[in-house]
Amino acid sequence: MKIAVCIKRVPDMETRFKIAANGTSVDESGLKYDMSDFDGYAVETALQLNEKQGPGETVVISLGPDVVQEQLRKALSMGADRAVQLKADRVPADGLAIARALAAELKEGGYDLILFGRQAVDSANATVGPMTAELLGLPCATAVSTLDIANGRATARRDLEGATEVVEFALPAVVSVDEGMPRARYPSLKGIMAAKKKPLEVKPAQLGDERISIEKMELPPERAAGRIVGEGPGAVPELVRLLHTEAKVL
Amino acid sequence: MANTFAFAESRGGALRRVAFEAVSAARALADASGGGEVHALLAGAPGVAALASELGKYGADVVIVVEHAGLANANAESLAATAAARIKAGGYRAAIFSASAQGRDLAPRVAAQLGVSMAADVTSFEFAGDALVVRHPAYAGKVIATLKLTGSPAIVTLRPGARAAVEAAREARVESAQPASDPGASKVVVKEMIVGGGAKLDIGDAPVIVSGGRGLKSAENFKLVEDLAAAFGNAAVGATRAVTDDGWRPHSDQIGQTGRQVSPELYVALGISGAIQHIAGMRNSRTIVAINKDKEAPIFKVADYGIVGDVIEILPVLTAAVKEARAKG
Repeated sequence: MKIAVCIKRVPDMETRFKIAANGTSVDESGLKYDMSDFDGYAVETALQLNEKQGPGETVVISLGPDVVQEQLRKALSMGADRAVQLKADRVPADGLAIARALAAELKEGGYDLILFGRQAVDSANATVGPMTAELLGLPCATAVSTLDIANGRATARRDLEGATEVVEFALPAVVSVDEGMPRARYPSLKGIMAAKKKPLEVKPAQLGDERISIEKMELPPERAAGRIVGEGPGAVPELVRLLHTEAKVL
Repeated sequence: MANTFAFAESRGGALRRVAFEAVSAARALADASGGGEVHALLAGAPGVAALASELGKYGADVVIVVEHAGLANANAESLAATAAARIKAGGYRAAIFSASAQGRDLAPRVAAQLGVSMAADVTSFEFAGDALVVRHPAYAGKVIATLKLTGSPAIVTLRPGARAAVEAAREARVESAQPASDPGASKVVVKEMIVGGGAKLDIGDAPVIVSGGRGLKSAENFKLVEDLAAAFGNAAVGATRAVTDDGWRPHSDQIGQTGRQVSPELYVALGISGAIQHIAGMRNSRTIVAINKDKEAPIFKVADYGIVGDVIEILPVLTAAVKEARAKG
């Protein structure tokens, strides 16, 4: 199958973030970057599908400045065949602008399957995948936890709150992947060497109008420090009393 | 005065709590920006119209009811087309969906169909002139972004639990409508809908969440967590990523940055050390209780009340005490 995987470069979420002096972005100094967790699952999913189902091509695409080539190279070192950078000086806050640029790139690509992570872990919008599907007029299943493909048809499970949906659709299609899908493999040394020779094409991103601007970024208020009620089972009565009389949740 | 649109989510012939939150938020937005009506879209299998009056209670002036046998399960393509057609025809200034699993699937499709931008998973919103200004937790909840959305209509998904539904009762007028696209012609077909765990509360709906981590030591010990949930009577069971990765609990129970984000009235963290990935999913809970054997565990930094000790030893005592407190009322 010819599979496209759209990935995003994101900072490590374990970081203690600081707000940059401009007040509208996080301070990037000292941040470590990787591809977004779910995007890693998407790359892994594509690789496994093509490994299992015979000859195919996995193409990874990322939108942003030249630093996104780091994440594209990582995907290549995992085993993707080629990469495309849709060059933009920054990643817009407007998901529709990103979806437009991706759809323009994907439209004539002849892909059987277009994969996304459920959401980027930094901006946490989960909008670009389904928007891209809509712009391409393709069937779309979001946040799938399983994906089986046979004879040009896909079956996937989607975990909803308190329920699971099993959906079926024909390819070509757009799918975003959630927890439950395979974790990204670690690139092998051989993979890292091979990735250096794989094609990475750079094209301008066709973003169009942007209608969302970031006005401010701030750190959320710290929670007031709590207290240790006591140690061991003996502290339970005091805890229950506090939940009843003070927190009024019991 | 332009009106405001809300998508009223239902499942299996019942409205979900997020439907009231969306309608109530639309009411508040309308009232704060010069008035206008709130129009709620309610779609489902024949019979769903009976739910319309419940939406009036939270401030809907008009309930647009779309009944079709093909909408018994969520049919994203038909619902998105129906919502988009209605939003376009209605000239709304804003359209509000929940940032539930269904809302997060539908709203981007609607926005792309209408060619307008949207803000996802917002915790508040207000008009500033013609622009909608929203707040959106990003970076695993460690940064709050304020975004300005121009273009009309402004489409948002509202984080479940971010704003409680407030009653603003009125007699809603009911309008019947047809799906804008035939549900039977959708390219993605729902083959099966498995409603999890019988009558159990979902973690997104429960006012109390009792959640277990590696400190529980085994999948079997989650029985103790379930017992505590049963003692509360209004609690759901959640878990950390480590636990769902180990297969002790299903992935759908995971609370955290890559799982569900919750904000219940009470969150009880049992044997959870408090990795950033987990805290990102529960830090907005109203009251947090933590039980952990390590008094230096980061979970105690966000907990209102903590007990240091062996969770397996403490749980049965806590369950009995909660049962007794509930019995006293």
